[in-house]
Amino acid sequence: MIVAEQKSLDEIKAMLKDAKKVLAVGCGTCVTVCFAGGRNEVGVLSSSLRMAREVDGDSLTVDEVTVQRQCETEYIDGLADDVESYDAVLSLGCGVGVQSLAERFPAMRIFPALNTKFMGYPSEHGVWEERCQGCGNCILHLTGGICPVSRCSKQLFNGPCGGSQAGICEVDPDTSCAWQLIWERLGEQGLIEQLMEVEPPKDWSTSRDGGHRRIVRDDLRLPDGEEG
Amino acid sequence: MSPETFKPEVVAFCCRHCAYAAADLAGGARVSYPPAIKIVELPCTGRASVLEILHALEDGADGVVVAGCLPGTCHYLMGNTHARQRVDHVTELLKKIGLEDQRARMINISAAMGAQFAEKATEFVNTVRELGPSPIARGACRGGPLGGPGKAPAMDGREGR
Amino acid sequence: MNVHFPKVNLPESPDTPPLGERSGGRLERILAAGHFAVTGEVGPPKSHDAEVIRRKARLLEGCVDAANITDNQTAVVRMSSIAAGAILLEEGIEPIIQMTCRDRNRLAIQADLLGAHALGIRNVLCLSGDHQSMGNHPGAKNVHDIDSMQLIRMVKDMRDRNVFQCGEEIKGGGPRLFVGAAANPFADPVEWRPYRLAKKAIAGADFIQTQLIYDMPAFRKYMKRAVDLGVTERLSFIAGVGPLKSSGMARFMRDRVPGMSIPDELVSRMEGVVSGIDKEQKEARRDAWRAEGIKICIEQAQEIREIEGIAGIHIMGIEWEEAIRPIAEGAGVLPRPEIE
Ligand code: SF4
Ligand code: SF4
Repeated sequence: MIVAEQKSLDEIKAMLKDAKKVLAVGCGTCVTVCFAGGRNEVGVLSSSLRMAREVDGDSLTVDEVTVQRQCETEYIDGLADDVESYDAVLSLGCGVGVQSLAERFPAMRIFPALNTKFMGYPSEHGVWEERCQGCGNCILHLTGGICPVSRCSKQLFNGPCGGSQAGICEVDPDTSCAWQLIWERLGEQGLIEQLMEVEPPKDWSTSRDGGHRRIVRDDLRLPDGEEG
Repeated sequence: MSPETFKPEVVAFCCRHCAYAAADLAGGARVSYPPAIKIVELPCTGRASVLEILHALEDGADGVVVAGCLPGTCHYLMGNTHARQRVDHVTELLKKIGLEDQRARMINISAAMGAQFAEKATEFVNTVRELGPSPIARGACRGGPLGGPGKAPAMDGREGR
Repeated sequence: MNVHFPKVNLPESPDTPPLGERSGGRLERILAAGHFAVTGEVGPPKSHDAEVIRRKARLLEGCVDAANITDNQTAVVRMSSIAAGAILLEEGIEPIIQMTCRDRNRLAIQADLLGAHALGIRNVLCLSGDHQSMGNHPGAKNVHDIDSMQLIRMVKDMRDRNVFQCGEEIKGGGPRLFVGAAANPFADPVEWRPYRLAKKAIAGADFIQTQLIYDMPAFRKYMKRAVDLGVTERLSFIAGVGPLKSSGMARFMRDRVPGMSIPDELVSRMEGVVSGIDKEQKEARRDAWRAEGIKICIEQAQEIREIEGIAGIHIMGIEWEEAIRPIAEGAGVLPRPEIE
């Protein structure tokens, strides 16, 4: 899932300082399951904002809505009738959701309430860890299902470096050394020979380096004349 | 408003298995606690959410107390522990909002502790009285879910917690 | 769990010229002639002061066959290793420039290597680099376009196949660089470190320099595995030594430095030499520590010389370059051989 975290109340308050009437829009997908921007968080943030403005001797109307998926136009179309009556839209979606709203409602000011952090999973209750950076050319089959792009602090493809100790990365005592895990796992699977191959330099052109990436599926595009 | 004339409104979220029964006991034994306390019965304090505590404050409560079983005696094992985590979260939020964090509190009590319930409740009401009225106007401009019945954006996702 | 430690194949690259015909540098010629090599280390200044390099060079003169120049060591900005290397050359000492993958992408690295060759530099040590969070610009964006293993392979291919990393031919031939790599025998996973060393041989490393070695029993074990895997027949293994400067430093390195192993016995020795000296006599304590540090280092260098598979020692002064000469002397590696 996409994992996000709420910005500080102060920062959000500052963004909205000129607004009187705001629509807070949550998203029912990734940010709901990581407790950052679902219906509950929309409620808590909206309530906090209203009270904070009142404490400042002012007032702010915050209406709340949570759509199933902010990153798909179909799900935000329903907001079209109401959106114009607001001074601003506060999105509790990930960065994709924020941009979908901005694209769909180009006249509106859309503010992000979240910092979108990474693609990851909940490793335990209340803890999320990054697992993929969308490098565009997955090599998990070579690394025992452990991603060195997102989990090795130096993105090594032939690790570990000399700073790995007792399973911990030299960079941070709370971070496991990805390459220790890779060697251990492939060792247990009897596949060390696989690690003796020098993995050649990565072609980063599949990654983030060339402007935004696109996927086009001709089998799924609408034929001329057909409406979606 | 001076502390003498100010009558705080306090909402108490009480667990049915302990605090709610204790409040009953206090009433029966004629141990008095301030009438300002509005008791909301919950099956367990684990049911109290951050959002409900905030809404109580936003809707005009001067203080909110969450009253659950003694540590280790929750009928659902950890409900009171979760409640404490949430109350702690609320007090942090209150500071950020600009309200006094003493306006929310967790207390632990057993069903047999009628007198203690009255005592703790009175103490909390006194604390709130000292703080004075909440700066949040009662029932002011609370927005809320957009759109009444029949309106398009009733496309809520799953409930968070 | 039953982990099987396989034999590995170390395929010899058909392009690699025989030892002695790769770079033309002194370090390679020393090793090719079968001499025990000695390398040292120079940390460039955090300034543009060339005199610092010249002064350190004079301290190493006649003691080493070549000297490493660190590259923004511990992610702290310092004078560029190639520039400092050029100054070292003027002083008559052969540089081994260190090159990390943290600060440059493949374009910058290859450009720098061409420049290094043009300036007369003949050795490069390929490193991943300490993480930027350890240095003085923790908010910097790291590069890590390629890793140290890929860097080794790239430098080797530039030299032996005259190609850039992209495969394009280098007109007029690639830079003639003797390719070094680092190894830390004490980092985890310890049981797999000899394999990673073997992988560096496969990638094309000509020589290895290790981190500081203090834990002899662990190092012997590691070397035995390296020899058994056949690594030391494929590359020259140079073991890193350096003097402890105080008992505090010994304890700090034992307890705090990732990938460092210091036996308690050495810490006790360092503590022991100042036990009779009053805490206020700072200079006397310092001298006692330094004398003991050099003594321990000499003992270890002598012990290392006897271990099978060792081709040389790398003496790291760590901002105490004055110690290098007495250590080299004590270890019996002076004078350095004359070589064509
Ligand atoms: S290798 Fe690339 S695609 Fe695969 S998990 Fe890692 S970042 Fe994601
Ligand atoms: S310690 Fe492990 S995870 Fe950290 S940078 Fe080195 S190889 Fe990567």
